Amino acid sequence: MADEALFLLLHNEMVAGLYRAAEQGEGENGRCITKLENMGFRVGQGLIERFTKDTARFKDELDIMKFICKDFWTTVFKKQIDNLRTNHQGIYVLQDNKFRLLMQMSAGKQYLEHAPKYLAFTCGLIRGGLSNLGIKSIVTAEVSTMPACKFQVMIQKM
Amino acid sequence: MSRQAGRGTESKKMNSELFTLTYGALVTQLCKDYENDEDVNKQLDKMGYNIGVRLIEDFLARSNVGRCHDFRETADVIAKIAFKMYLGITPSITNWSPAGDEFSLILENNPLVDFVELPDNHSSLIYSNLLCGVLRGALEMVQMAVDVKFVQDTLKGDSVTEIRMKFIRRIEDNLPAGEE
Repeated sequence: MADEALFLLLHNEMVAGLYRAAEQGEGENGRCITKLENMGFRVGQGLIERFTKDTARFKDELDIMKFICKDFWTTVFKKQIDNLRTNHQGIYVLQDNKFRLLMQMSAGKQYLEHAPKYLAFTCGLIRGGLSNLGIKSIVTAEVSTMPACKFQVMIQKM
Repeated sequence: MSRQAGRGTESKKMNSELFTLTYGALVTQLCKDYENDEDVNKQLDKMGYNIGVRLIEDFLARSNVGRCHDFRETADVIAKIAFKMYLGITPSITNWSPAGDEFSLILENNPLVDFVELPDNHSSLIYSNLLCGVLRGALEMVQMAVDVKFVQDTLKGDSVTEIRMKFIRRIEDNLPAGEE
């Protein structure tokens, strides 16, 4: 079936294509990140809907976050989140030590500045997924050493 | 724990849905970014090409197929191995031209359009045009220049999706001067 290589290639090309278009015409880097994030959001919404259709109701917020870290992450990125931390006040930090979308890049410092481009889609993916489970959030990502990265989820109380 | 039940079989399907949904989001974004459908088609083709030139390496590494002796063999490999491997479908090969340089791939169901309906104002959008680019890019890397285009599309009301492929020429390797 749709081999995951196809998704990886498509994602890379999406990032490259958007930036190529921005370089030639109008628009600055910030717009590209937003666009990628928005695309991720839509995909996240769609995926979580398909994914949770036969599952039991979630107990609470933490239960949902665990689901994102385990089942959701495994489906999309072929592994679980390595570490989930929370302050129990609406902030969750998801750490992935070998993030799939950064694995194909050199692990040194050379491309560190380009890493955010490759995380924006995933930030949107998490935000979209959570949004369809009734949680409004802000998701940001940071990389200090490739290919490890952290996603910080800030829950917005309604 | 009903949540854990039956995940193994699900996950393969989910993976193809991830691709389908991501592709959908991409096309939607391009439709916002470009004013007319022709530009979107062109952009999709270009992105497909860039994917194709990389995909071929992955394909050759995984599939272990050797050199094709003629275009018919190429057609077989594309339909029966490549499409099967990446999209999980096996298109049928028909409508060979008498000279044997042109054929059609008939896709009974196209996974890219699983959740798609074209709105009326995008009548000239070729939604799956990425595929043409992928095929063109991949074949170019194995010394074949081809022309690929959609002639029928289920999204536009046709009963099947048909991709027409035409062999143009063999690309000769030009060795840099002074090399053997």
